Amino acid sequence: MKKLLAKTKLYWPLTKSLQTGLLLSTGLAGYMTARCPVMHWYDFLGLGASLFLAIAGSTILNMWYDRDIDSVMNRTHHRPLADGRVSPTEALRLGLILSLLGVGIAVLMSPLYGLIVFAGLFFDVVVYTLWLKRRTCWSIVWGGISGGMPILAGRAFGLGEIDSVGILLSMAVLFWIPTHILTFSMRYSDDYQAAKIPTFPTTYGLAATRATIAGSSILAALAIGAAGLMIGVEWGFVRLLIVLSAGLFLLAVASVFRPTERVNFGLFKYASVYMLASMILLSI
Amino acid sequence: MKISPLDRILLLIGSLLAAWEVAVGVNNLDRVPTIAYTIAFGVLLVAGLLLIILGFDALESPVVVIVSTVIPLSLSLGLVWERLPAWRTVYLAFAVAGLLAVFITRLLPVKGKPATIVLACVHGLAGTIIFLLPILQSANGAARPGFALVGLGGALIGVAGLMLSFLKAGKPILTRAVIFRLLPGLLFSMTAAFVAGFALA
Repeated sequence: MKKLLAKTKLYWPLTKSLQTGLLLSTGLAGYMTARCPVMHWYDFLGLGASLFLAIAGSTILNMWYDRDIDSVMNRTHHRPLADGRVSPTEALRLGLILSLLGVGIAVLMSPLYGLIVFAGLFFDVVVYTLWLKRRTCWSIVWGGISGGMPILAGRAFGLGEIDSVGILLSMAVLFWIPTHILTFSMRYSDDYQAAKIPTFPTTYGLAATRATIAGSSILAALAIGAAGLMIGVEWGFVRLLIVLSAGLFLLAVASVFRPTERVNFGLFKYASVYMLASMILLSI
Repeated sequence: MKISPLDRILLLIGSLLAAWEVAVGVNNLDRVPTIAYTIAFGVLLVAGLLLIILGFDALESPVVVIVSTVIPLSLSLGLVWERLPAWRTVYLAFAVAGLLAVFITRLLPVKGKPATIVLACVHGLAGTIIFLLPILQSANGAARPGFALVGLGGALIGVAGLMLSFLKAGKPILTRAVIFRLLPGLLFSMTAAFVAGFALA
């Protein structure tokens, strides 16, 4: 038992629990936006388990592949794989098992849902990490597309089909991802350069990166707002969404016209809070 | 000065209260008060979140003066619209002109006395309305007694506004550290008083 606990403690950082938790919450919110007349606990549990396993699995596979990058970056060199506490074989095995379990459960629950979960995993691990991340800074678009899959999957599972609201919601996540990744790439620009990873700041400069972050934050807010209206969210919650979106918009504008590291990182954190709050509001 | 965990908790609860007021508390009102209260509590919500995220450094921004004007102006506009129908148009014009005046005197190089006078007039009138109107209406039976809590919130927002204004003007009433220590508690109490006052009105 002690050994299992110790292993879990060691493996847990490999899942990037906050990021996984946020993506999981988008998937659950996507399901709840479908407003199923009857909600079974086993569906909800299965959805949560399959999404968690698939997202955590793909995150571990990313970390397994990027261990050489992590070991040269100050921000990540203490990660269990980068500092040798977990062996690459062990991580690969764990990542594959979790991914297979996640996709497997998802396919058993619904083939369409399973297909979308698999697509998310494929875009994240194969297209983003293995193929594009070390080649072009535009790889984040594929990171964003894969990030938008959990919410699309959750809604598709609830409805039994892919609809325009689901696509809008996944676009909201797609547009939110640059705020997350590009802020990191500005803050840790030296790290990424040391690891020879092409990023927006090194390719297009800081001003263009800030403008991209601001533009994508606004598009994310618009997509969430439009989805909220199409879902038929109560007017009071729409007002709250507008207020939170206004905060995001103002921070985005401040990061373009009065850029400081604090404002940029503030935008990054606010965008995470915004996404979580939006998911809750869309689910109610 | 670093923001403490207790400060963060107070700000978070205050933000949640403001969020509740925006989403639920202002339902079933006319359009203008709905918009006015949404702006006031929305600014309180976003300001609370930004203080939690950025810490007290967020108060260094020059936008703080404008933002801290929006809260009393929009709150008082909502109150006047609901409670003093005869003054609606006049006060709406004052609120728009007041906000514009503060905006212009803060963004253009109009520093010194004109900027201070504009700020004092706008804050003074808006603050007096938020403080006195609920208390007077509760006292003379035009509103239920609980509505007086909005007046208490008005007093607290006045205290917080004064402390911040003097601090930003370089003539702090209390030391910077004391002001920052008091601010989260004040913001929380003020929001709680407003939300409770409106719910009990």
